[in-house]
Amino acid sequence: MTTNTGTPLVEMRDISISFGGIKAVDHVSIDLHPGEVVGLLGHNGAGKSTLIKCLSGAYQKDAGEIYINGEKAEISNPRDARHYNIETIYQTLALADNLDAASNLFLGRELVTAAGFVDDAQMEAETRKIMARLNPNFRKFNVPVSALSGGQRQSVAIARAVYFNAKILIMDEPTAALGPQETQMVAELIQELKRQGLGIFLIEHDIHAVMDLCDRAVVMKNGQRVGTVNVGDVTDDDILGMIIMGKKPAKAY
Amino acid sequence: MTKTPLSAPPVTPGHTAVGGNPVKRFLAATEIDTRLLGMLAALLLIWGGFHMYGAIVNGNGAFLTPRNLWNLSVQTSSIGIMATGMVLVIITRNIDLSVGSLIGVTGMTMGILQVDVLPQILGLGHWSIWIITCAVGIALGALIGAFHGWLIAYRGIPSFIVTLGGLMVWRGMAFIANGGKTISPVDSTFALLGGGPGGNVGATGSWIVGALGCAGVVWLLVQGRKQRVKHEFPKRPMWAEVTLGAIGCGAIVGAVLLMNAYPLPVGILRRLDLPEDAFVSHGFAIPVLIMMAVGIAMTILMTRTRFGRYVFAIGGNPEAAALAGINTRWMTLKIFALMGALTGIAAVIASARLNSATNALGTLDELYVIAAAVIGGTSLAGGVGTIYGAILGALVMQSLQSGMVLIGFDAAIQRIVVGMVLVLAVYLDNLYRARTK
Repeated sequence: MTTNTGTPLVEMRDISISFGGIKAVDHVSIDLHPGEVVGLLGHNGAGKSTLIKCLSGAYQKDAGEIYINGEKAEISNPRDARHYNIETIYQTLALADNLDAASNLFLGRELVTAAGFVDDAQMEAETRKIMARLNPNFRKFNVPVSALSGGQRQSVAIARAVYFNAKILIMDEPTAALGPQETQMVAELIQELKRQGLGIFLIEHDIHAVMDLCDRAVVMKNGQRVGTVNVGDVTDDDILGMIIMGKKPAKAY
Repeated sequence: MTKTPLSAPPVTPGHTAVGGNPVKRFLAATEIDTRLLGMLAALLLIWGGFHMYGAIVNGNGAFLTPRNLWNLSVQTSSIGIMATGMVLVIITRNIDLSVGSLIGVTGMTMGILQVDVLPQILGLGHWSIWIITCAVGIALGALIGAFHGWLIAYRGIPSFIVTLGGLMVWRGMAFIANGGKTISPVDSTFALLGGGPGGNVGATGSWIVGALGCAGVVWLLVQGRKQRVKHEFPKRPMWAEVTLGAIGCGAIVGAVLLMNAYPLPVGILRRLDLPEDAFVSHGFAIPVLIMMAVGIAMTILMTRTRFGRYVFAIGGNPEAAALAGINTRWMTLKIFALMGALTGIAAVIASARLNSATNALGTLDELYVIAAAVIGGTSLAGGVGTIYGAILGALVMQSLQSGMVLIGFDAAIQRIVVGMVLVLAVYLDNLYRARTK
């Protein structure tokens, strides 16, 4: 994975976005290839989440261009992003707490009967199928997700991203609220999705998780890109140096 | 809360087997909403209490009589219809304080239209006057509601402020529309929609409604079971299905018998050229049938359509709803437009019942509507609420009102009691929720 030739799955060129005069993202370019996991690192407030929200449609970039499979893409809301098979697992999970797992999984994309009514039974059946694969211990299909544990809620959010045949997956600190076992589950899932040829942007604070899971890492600081490295070529100290001091190692580009 | 009890199978097989006492087992197997039972119990308590009080203190228990309960059903219609819309507004963390004034302005517009305008064009008593009047009234309500919704969703003004302003503006407009004068009487066909003389469907009509209702109950149970079998979900035991069907049909038949037990008074019999000793049933009043139709339509909307699902999602987590691609602003506008249209329907009933349009029509209704929705279990924190709860809440409010009139409490006491009941009901609901969580 150290050399990526061919058309990138996603290319974000020269993206800028500011809020009230503060440049949250300042001319940043990143790309992502099929079957690749790209880590996004940096301090809180470095602009990682903001950058990625331009891709998921939650924010609108002020300047710059996004290319999907080499073609220019206009993403102005989350619906557009879904249209390009971009799925996002937000740090906050973005679940409606008062709805059950199936309603959350299909939110905005409900299965309907021939008469146009929501098909709750069918959606629950589909939810049971995908949860059996992702989290076989999941049983709480008929309670609001507010009654679920952190890990169970996370698996609902992940199921939502995976179910709809995502090609591009954005994961914003997917393991922040999880115990060791569930973290392991997420790591295995990332490996599996990668084998299936998805491209994954992974926002992550845990440097070890980055070294284990990512092919490349992009480090951001104060809204700017410090550099991009092939994870296999550098040590974790190199990456920490980039995050903390903005020091670019020789092998970065 | 998002699913009808028929499609949601919260009972795992383990549950049914373990559940301790017979009552718990029964509730678990039938999947009856215990909150609904609580409300029904409270309602029966209120009804029984007023009846006993009347019987003991005044020597005349007038509450539990077919006549009073029939009147109660008619009085509940207008508030009940608006309460179903208020559920959506409150679920999405908004409020609508303008519905009472909206009744005033739409009622007044309809009054002018059917008394002053349309007879000039079509001729007095033309068959289409009531249809045009209703259509215009409902459309006007929807339009004003949509305007409120636009200010709230697209201009970022809090709904409390927009509708507080609306409360004053539309009441003033209702006064200006006809210089404060009352318009009366309204079109004779239009007047039937209020449930006044002749505004009821009689014994046969009521039995037809009842039969349709029973067929609906059975159909829902059969469909629900089919779905569960198809997807191999846990099923309700057969005895529970049969019990549910029996309870549902029994309640419907009981309501029909009750409505048919109230005969037309002598004056109306004379007007209809019937012998004075004839027993002719009232049957369901037309406004009650309208309320039932609205209740069913709104329940379908909330539990079976994407629109309803999005209403709940926005209430539960507006940000998540937006990230899921739901156009939350457009939804808000539509919800307020729907609230306005329902207010238009309520205005039809209220002015038809009075047989006149007055600029004070619907004064303070907003408070009763909000109270009905909240007593019916709609959470002001958003995300939770049911249509049937709101209609039951309206019935509770109206029972208190008319019960106190019946036993001779004056207006001051009535307000004190209604106010206290509202606060108490929400407190009890909090306790219930904390316990069942």
